[in-house]
Amino acid sequence: MLSEKDPNHWRSAVKYSPFYNKIKEHDYVNEWHRWQEYTTATVLEDTTIEYFAIRNSASIFDITPMSKYRIKGPDALEFMNRLLPRDMTKIRVGRVAYTVWCDDEGMVIDDGTVFRIAEDEYLLCAQERQMEILRRNAVGFDISYSEVTDEIAAISFQGPVTCKILKNMGFKDVETMKMFDVRFFDFPGGEIMISRSGYTGDLGYEIWTKNDQAEPLWDAIYEGGKDYAIRPIGGDALEIARVEAGLIAAHVDFSPANETVRAGHAKSPYELGLGWLVKLDKGVAFNGRRALKKEKENGSRYRFVKLDVEGNKPAHNAYLFDKENGKNIGHVSSAAWAPSAKTNVGLGFVDMPYGEVGDEIWAEIYYQKELKWIKRWAKCTVVKDPAWSPPRKTLTPPEDF
Amino acid sequence: MKKYDVIVIGAGHNGLTNAAFLAKAGLDVLVVEKNDYIGGATVSRNLHEDWKYSNCSYLASLFRPEIYRHLNLAKHGLQVVTYNGGFTLTDSGDYLGSYSDHEVMRREIRRHSPVDVDAYDRYYHQMAKWCRFIRPMLLRTPPDPTSFKFRDLDELKFLGKKFFDLGQKDLYDFMKFFTVSVGDFLDEFFESDLIKAHKAGSAVVGTNLGPRSPGTAYVLLHHYMGDVDGAVGAWGFPRGGMGAVSGALAGAFQEYGGEIRTNAGVDQIIVKRGKVTGVRLENGEEIFSDRVVSNLDAKKTFLGLMDPKDAGEKVVKAAERYKSRGSSGKLNIALNGVPEFTALPKGSELIKGDFHIVDNMETYERGYDEWKDGKWSTNPYLDLLIPTLTDPTMAPPGKHYMTCFVQYCPAKVEGKDWNDDLLKQFGDNVINSIAKYSPNFKDLIEHVEIRSGQVIDNEIGLTEGNIFQGELSLNQLMFNRPFHGCAQYRGPVNGLYLSGSTTHPGGGVMGAPGANSAREILMDMNLSTTVPEDEGDD
Amino acid sequence: MTNTSNKSYDVIIVGGGHNGLVCAAYLAKAGKKVVVLEAQKQVGGAAVTSELSYGKKVSSCAHFLNQLNTIVSKDLNLTSHGLKLSASNISTIALHADGDHMHLTKNSVKGGGISESDAANYKKFMDLMHEYAGTLGFLIDLPPMDIFNLDWDDKVAAMKLGWKMRFGLGAEKMSEFLRMVGMNIRDVLDDEFDNEHLKGALSFDAVLGTHTGPYSPGNFLNFLYRIASGNNGAVDIPEGGMGAVTEAMSKAAIANGAEVRVGARVKSINVDNCAVIGVTLEDGEQLSAGIVASNANMKTTVYDMVGPRHFEADFVKRIGDIRMRGAAAKLHIALKELPEFTGLSKQDLKNRLVIAPTQNQVERAFNHVKYGEVSTSPMMEISIPSVVDSSLAENGHVLSATVQYAPYELKGGWTDQAKADFLEVCINRIAEFAPNIRDHIEHAEIITPKDLEDRFGLVGGNWHHGELTLDQMLMLRPVPEASRYALPLDGMYICGAGAHPGGGVMGAAGRNAAQAILKGDA
Repeated sequence: MLSEKDPNHWRSAVKYSPFYNKIKEHDYVNEWHRWQEYTTATVLEDTTIEYFAIRNSASIFDITPMSKYRIKGPDALEFMNRLLPRDMTKIRVGRVAYTVWCDDEGMVIDDGTVFRIAEDEYLLCAQERQMEILRRNAVGFDISYSEVTDEIAAISFQGPVTCKILKNMGFKDVETMKMFDVRFFDFPGGEIMISRSGYTGDLGYEIWTKNDQAEPLWDAIYEGGKDYAIRPIGGDALEIARVEAGLIAAHVDFSPANETVRAGHAKSPYELGLGWLVKLDKGVAFNGRRALKKEKENGSRYRFVKLDVEGNKPAHNAYLFDKENGKNIGHVSSAAWAPSAKTNVGLGFVDMPYGEVGDEIWAEIYYQKELKWIKRWAKCTVVKDPAWSPPRKTLTPPEDF
Repeated sequence: MKKYDVIVIGAGHNGLTNAAFLAKAGLDVLVVEKNDYIGGATVSRNLHEDWKYSNCSYLASLFRPEIYRHLNLAKHGLQVVTYNGGFTLTDSGDYLGSYSDHEVMRREIRRHSPVDVDAYDRYYHQMAKWCRFIRPMLLRTPPDPTSFKFRDLDELKFLGKKFFDLGQKDLYDFMKFFTVSVGDFLDEFFESDLIKAHKAGSAVVGTNLGPRSPGTAYVLLHHYMGDVDGAVGAWGFPRGGMGAVSGALAGAFQEYGGEIRTNAGVDQIIVKRGKVTGVRLENGEEIFSDRVVSNLDAKKTFLGLMDPKDAGEKVVKAAERYKSRGSSGKLNIALNGVPEFTALPKGSELIKGDFHIVDNMETYERGYDEWKDGKWSTNPYLDLLIPTLTDPTMAPPGKHYMTCFVQYCPAKVEGKDWNDDLLKQFGDNVINSIAKYSPNFKDLIEHVEIRSGQVIDNEIGLTEGNIFQGELSLNQLMFNRPFHGCAQYRGPVNGLYLSGSTTHPGGGVMGAPGANSAREILMDMNLSTTVPEDEGDD
Repeated sequence: MTNTSNKSYDVIIVGGGHNGLVCAAYLAKAGKKVVVLEAQKQVGGAAVTSELSYGKKVSSCAHFLNQLNTIVSKDLNLTSHGLKLSASNISTIALHADGDHMHLTKNSVKGGGISESDAANYKKFMDLMHEYAGTLGFLIDLPPMDIFNLDWDDKVAAMKLGWKMRFGLGAEKMSEFLRMVGMNIRDVLDDEFDNEHLKGALSFDAVLGTHTGPYSPGNFLNFLYRIASGNNGAVDIPEGGMGAVTEAMSKAAIANGAEVRVGARVKSINVDNCAVIGVTLEDGEQLSAGIVASNANMKTTVYDMVGPRHFEADFVKRIGDIRMRGAAAKLHIALKELPEFTGLSKQDLKNRLVIAPTQNQVERAFNHVKYGEVSTSPMMEISIPSVVDSSLAENGHVLSATVQYAPYELKGGWTDQAKADFLEVCINRIAEFAPNIRDHIEHAEIITPKDLEDRFGLVGGNWHHGELTLDQMLMLRPVPEASRYALPLDGMYICGAGAHPGGGVMGAAGRNAAQAILKGDA
């Protein structure tokens, strides 16, 4: 680990996660990319095989590079309640909440999960860095906040047999954990935190440990899961799963408001289909409240749509039209062929008032076969539910194997 | 008797840009230059053995890519090479490095200030916002806000729309940014004095203002809005020194049939019955044309080259009031090797970039206070570069050229003219400042050229050596540059034009004033334009 | 919720400074049930008269009346409520060490070695300034335009501004104005005049009360502001000191039906469900109202009284970024008898005496304050009101001076010794022009910017509650989201100098705020 003051820090631009060596043992193709300061696997062996580990057995994805923050103090609840549009008084100790947060124009800065780990303590886990946001929000609150990204090693453990493996590892009563529960369990070297959460739309957990517990944890998972086709995965496999599950990603489906340079290019929670997170009447001057109230009254610019796209060609970057050769009304931001749902999934944005559930709109898809480019019009149906949302995602206790 | 379509006075980069676009439109254009070399302040001078000095301007990145492309400058030998690196040395023996990799840059900032590292991202995006906002205005003629002409109203509408497109929050932020001091602007982001000092240099370069003077944040943007191949804020060296820019422009100009005469200083612009008829050279020769473009600054043009009766009382008064105070100096140094800076770790490549001395805001401000009293700064801000670490063509193998820009340096020393003795004292102070951080620096020096504003003025005609051809202050920007009535590149008499940095959008090796001026001339002649519009990034 | 006397009002005004009183008077006049809550034992804020020593009273902070809004003065009928002037339209005398002083009025200048051409230029220049002031002055009495949501009044104002600029001034003067508006006073004066003393004295008008020196861009506008606000730049002395002005305002407010309470320090402004519900006083008493207007400093209001959590974080950050650096100290001297100023008659001493010999000297005096030092040779604006108003000093006289520059944060801190040292510097400075002053001093005190904050709540010691610079003016004042007097919190308004048009004893902010409240702007 490089120290904060190391004048030689520039000699290597990347950091290695505490799981790096373990993952490397399963790496056959050496395809990595950078995620903030860390290097992270794109593919380890085969994207499709890795994807099916998520849907069929158990997958391990290293989420150490996620930006993690600890917020603690007597005003912690009030602080979170002002930071976030959700009603945080409803999130009890031992629960996790998915949320977005906004600037004062009601535009989304990022999304992430908030763990209430004590009456006066939260963990905030985000895709992008949030220290500056926390700093400007902390004025006037009796709290302390710090970045703990490098102090907490974490994996996302997703798939239908993950609960079974955790039970095998001796985590007592883990099967009683409901969706968005968070609990602490004994583990050599100190308690570890397990939350029933994830980014795959399937049964799964996220496990949070100290750095020096990372390798023992990995070994324990492998031991517990030796009969269950367990497999570490790269980012490409996860990407398919999250699109299939209808989940959005920063820098793909929305541009973080605090990093957006072009006027009007950021999006509000309503425009991201996340209006359900916004509690305008919670009685707190949360960030974006006034702007979002206005938006609620006057209407949004865009609507987030989940699309069932005709045919089998993913609608990557496709423009959306009201009819074939009609008026351009939006675009697809994420697309994938969903291998489990066996549908062609698109996530995207259309101008209001287009795109109500059940509406049919059209995508102009460009794709190539052996470098020959083809344009195809595809009818898309706006659907209410994600392509993949199996009962096991929320079933408690999960199925035993 | 030969009569040219247009005569351009001064073969600086804007004059050549202007002339090239006019020649490209098929006009018969003559450029007259008083020196025996072309380029004005955009030159590579051979002043010591086989060294080439970019002895005035020393970097290109503000230069409009649209001009580069439309004049085919690559074909004429121009190659702008991006460099990386750079650092600010601290009094404590440390340094703050500039790294192009975002994560490494973050670590470097965190090394000095854990708090500022996150503000840095916000700062970066904020500056990118303003760059995007201002850049499309560079290749446009500013509107006259008092006019009711269609084109002015239309242009005002364009600007108004751009402002409104920013949205409420950004528009107000921009209004604030435009008038605030760089110190106050940086205070809103950063806590570390070192990081502020590292950023503030660009905001005072060439100005007669201190970092606490309102309006300096804009100067920061003025230096920031350049790009190399779309990388905003990146800087580059023209291979072969700045002379490569003027050389390529001259090449393009000549290919389009243009003619350049050196050693042809102009004594007066000849005006008859309110119309330009040509120029009279210092040697008495008269050359005729219905259109004369002055690439000189407003003071030199209206007070130096024109009969006050021709210019008119109003213009003479405005030119007198036009502010072009010199505040910088320059050293060009031939080195026997690469100087070692004790603070830098072994193997560091940072020295390939621009490096600086002055690690706190107070030192800048005190340097400015000394300048106000007619003295050079005891602890000056230095912008140092060794182009030969990137471009091997400027010095013999193993040898190096260092350019050293000095802020602040008075145009006159406590009211007295510069002389060799004063230049030496000034130069020694700078060299000693560098030597404090580099023990072998002095031993490596082979030759030094020391330039005060006055030296630059005498040589290439920038009034008081002001690098922008007139201060970049609020009262001298846009439709006020150089002043109302001449801000659309036209002089007070028929057929007279301005093309230098004394007009919008101002100083820096941008080429935009020259190009905009050419567009106006072609418009007046009812010819279709050869001058490109901004290509934008949306 | 212990002490629930819970009196209920339409509007509660926090702070009985002049703007708070003006705001209350207008609201009461419109039939609102209003209470003004002043923490001190007397109303007035920074426009008060207080006892300096036995039998001698001074205007503690502001000492001349030159910016009082004429509409306010007329609407509230301040004269009938006791406001009297002991001297009006006084001149400025720029003091010179050689005793040949320069006398300046609105459009004439005499003495001090002024040349004929400078004197003629002065008249021309001041006429132009008055013309600019006349063109723009109306903006002072209006809320800044909301350019993204222009209402009818905004549209009228915008058209009026455009018309006045283009047709009132004409193309040439308009463009000249657009050139000058961002300039520093030094370049403007250098362009116009030769006489260094004249330029020194005029430059001081631009830097007075600011954190700028003559070389700082933008302060030409401060120069213009002095002329545009108030009664054409006329300088008056109120009988009984500045406290008499706010006393009259208070009487006007009460006469209109407002309640004015002194000794009532507001501890907090209370919020429920994102709307203001009232205030709690320091003694625990609670008062309720759906509207609270704060005449206090913007930072104090948001950070201390309401609390940052009741606002969105980006707004709180902006409030924190408002610059409010004070650079002026106040000097008060109780005198046994009138000192002799070389070259001035007793009658001359009723005027505004200025020590600002040259622009360079003013700039050098400013240099110090940038580094947390006091000026070694400070600039001053001196008033000896007892010459025309014997009520202020039963026997003897009082002298007050605004002294520039002194920093809010002095390197090493404002210790008693530091204050004593600076007091010496100031007295020595006056003694350069009035050599025998020391013989007559009974008592002298210096009020530093830090003291201004402690005594009058002027955060940072800045008497404008936020520096009046281009980036903190009009719709940017105090921050864009609060420029129309309503804060982004339902029922919460500001009515003090922190808002447009800023500080100085004008009353315009109070009046504009009252109108915003009555209109129901939010």
